[in-house]
Amino acid sequence: MAGSNGIASQDWAGRYDHIDQILNTPGPRTSPAFMAGDGVKDFLRNQAKILVIGAGGLGCEILANLALTGFKDIHVIDMDTIDISNLNRQFLFRPKDVGQPKATVAAEFIMKRVPGIKVTPYFGKIQDKDDEYYMQFNLVICGLDSVEARRWINATLVNLVDPENLESLKPLIDGGTEGFKGQARVILPTITSCYECSLDMLNKPTAFPICTIANTPRLPEHCIEWASVLEWPRVHRDKKMDTDDPDHINWLYTVASARAREFKIEGVTWSLTQGVVKNIIPAIASTNAIIAAACCNEAFKIATSSAAFLNNYFMLIGTEGVYSYTFEHEKRDDCPVCGGESLEMSIGPEITVEELIDMLTEKQDIQIKKPSLSSGSIQIYLQAPPQLEAITRPNLQKKVSELLPTGGEVTVTASTLPFNLSLNITYK
Amino acid sequence: MIKIWSMKKNEDAAAKKKPKVSAAQIRVQKDLTELDLPATMQTNFPDPADLLNFILTITPDEGMYKGGAFVFSFAINSNYPHDPPKVKCTQTIYHPNVDLEGNVCLNILREDWKPVLNLNSVMVGLQYLFLEPNADDPLNKEAAVEMSKARDQFLSNVKSSMRGANIKGVQYANVLVR
Ligand SMILES: [Zn+2]
Repeated sequence: MAGSNGIASQDWAGRYDHIDQILNTPGPRTSPAFMAGDGVKDFLRNQAKILVIGAGGLGCEILANLALTGFKDIHVIDMDTIDISNLNRQFLFRPKDVGQPKATVAAEFIMKRVPGIKVTPYFGKIQDKDDEYYMQFNLVICGLDSVEARRWINATLVNLVDPENLESLKPLIDGGTEGFKGQARVILPTITSCYECSLDMLNKPTAFPICTIANTPRLPEHCIEWASVLEWPRVHRDKKMDTDDPDHINWLYTVASARAREFKIEGVTWSLTQGVVKNIIPAIASTNAIIAAACCNEAFKIATSSAAFLNNYFMLIGTEGVYSYTFEHEKRDDCPVCGGESLEMSIGPEITVEELIDMLTEKQDIQIKKPSLSSGSIQIYLQAPPQLEAITRPNLQKKVSELLPTGGEVTVTASTLPFNLSLNITYK
Repeated sequence: MIKIWSMKKNEDAAAKKKPKVSAAQIRVQKDLTELDLPATMQTNFPDPADLLNFILTITPDEGMYKGGAFVFSFAINSNYPHDPPKVKCTQTIYHPNVDLEGNVCLNILREDWKPVLNLNSVMVGLQYLFLEPNADDPLNKEAAVEMSKARDQFLSNVKSSMRGANIKGVQYANVLVR
C-alpha cells in the first residue's frame, strides 16, 4: 500500500498487511459506514487520536497493542512512578527506570520500539485536565485500578456530551482486572449504561469485621488491619496515614508483627502489610494481557467501523478454568451521572425560589413532591435535615435570579424521584 | 469512526446535558434530604455549607442507655457511596460495641457496606446498638464480658459511666442529657 495517498509514506512495505486484510474489504458484519480501503486507513493512521488512562499493568499492554494496530497519535496519562515490584509485568519498564514517571517512560519506550508512532505522555492526575483537553480525542481507553478515578472520567465524558456537537461523544472503553478476573466494557456516554450505573456490581474490597480485628485475630491480615485501622489513629491521632510512605508501612509492619507474635499468627511480612493497606490484589500478567487485548480490539472496531463492537460488558473469570460472559448491562434510570432528566426552564426574573418549587410540584409529568434544590456548592433549598432546612428557608423568598446566573444548573432531588433531575434555568 | 450519533435518533438528546455536580454530591444531597429520623436522632452541621462532615446525636428513649446523648462524627469522602461513611463516637463511652477510641462495630459500616445502603440505614443501625448492645461482636471486651457474665454489674456500669464515672481506671464522658 506504500505511498498511494501519502498515508503510508513512513511505513515500510507490508507493515500493516495483517491489519489491512480487515480494512481492505467490507465483511458481512461491517457497518454501512465502513469506508473500506484508504478511507479507513487514513482515519486510523492519520486522524484518530486516542487517550490511554493508566500506564500500569493494563496500560503497558494497551499502549503496545494500539501502537502495533496502527494508531499513531496516542496520549497517555498516569500519576504514578515506577516501583521495582512493577517490573514483572509492566514490560515497558526496566530496572533503570525505577522512580521515573510511568507515562513518560512508557511513551518513550513505545516510540523507540514502534517507528512512526507519536505517544504524548502526561505525568499527573486525570483531574488536572479540563474538558477542552478531553475534547481533542476520538476515543478513551482506561486501564485503571482506582474506582474513584474511573468514576471521575466516566462522569467527565458523560458531561462532555453536547447534543449540538457530534464530536463531543467520546466512546469510553474501560478495562479492569483483579487477579484472575477481569472485565472490558464499551461505554457510549449518555447512550449506554455508564460506569456509575454498575457501581453496585463491583466486588468490594475484603474488609474484616472490626470486632474480629480487635479481639479474635486469626490471619496475618487481621493483625495488619489492627495496626492500620485501630492503632494508627489511636497513636497518631489526626496524622493521615500515607500508604506510599515506606516509613508508615514500616511502622505498621512493626506493630502488626508484634500483634501477630502475641496471638501466635504467622505470615505478617512487609510486602503483605503494604498489600493489605494499599488493597493490592496480586496482578496477573495474563489477565492483563487478555483484558487489554479485548479493549484494544474494541478501540479498533469503533475507530474503523470494521466490525460490530461489544455491547457492552465482557466479563472474564479465570479462577477455575476460563469462563467468559458477555451481556448488555442496562442503563439505570436513577444513575446520578447518566440517568435522570434534564429540564429547560425559562422563568421570569421576578420568580422566587418558592414559586419555582411550586412550578415543579405542579408539573404532572414528573410527579415531584418536596424537592430539594442545589446548584454546585450553593444550597438553594433543602427539605431536611431540620438545621439545613432552617438555614436555607430564607432563600424561598429570594428571587431565583439573585441566586443563579442565566444558564445556571440546578440539581433537584426528592424522595418521590427515583432519579435526580437537573434544571437549566434561563430568564425571560 | 463509527457513527454513534445515528444510534441516538430515538432519544431526546437535547434533554441530557447534565450539571457539573459529582455523583457523590448528588447522592449525599439525596440521602440527607430524605433522612427520616425519629425524634431520638438529630444531625448537626458545624459548617452548613459542608454536607460531607456532620454530627449525629442519638438520645435513646428506651433501653439501658436511656437518658444519654451519644455523639457521632460522620465523614463522607468523594468516593461515596462506593466507600461507606466514616463514623466515630466522639465521646469515651462504656458500650460493648464501641471502643474507647470511638471505633464502632457495626457491620454495615465495614464488611457489609453496599452502595444501595444509605445514611439513613447507618443511623438506624447505630441507634439499634444502644437498644440492643451485642456482646458477641465486642470492641470493648471488658464491657462485653460484663454484659454476658454479670448483667447487673454491667447495667450499673452503664449507668455510672453515663454520669461520667471512672471505671477500672477509665474516665468515661458524662453523656447525660442536660
Ligand atoms: Zn449511568
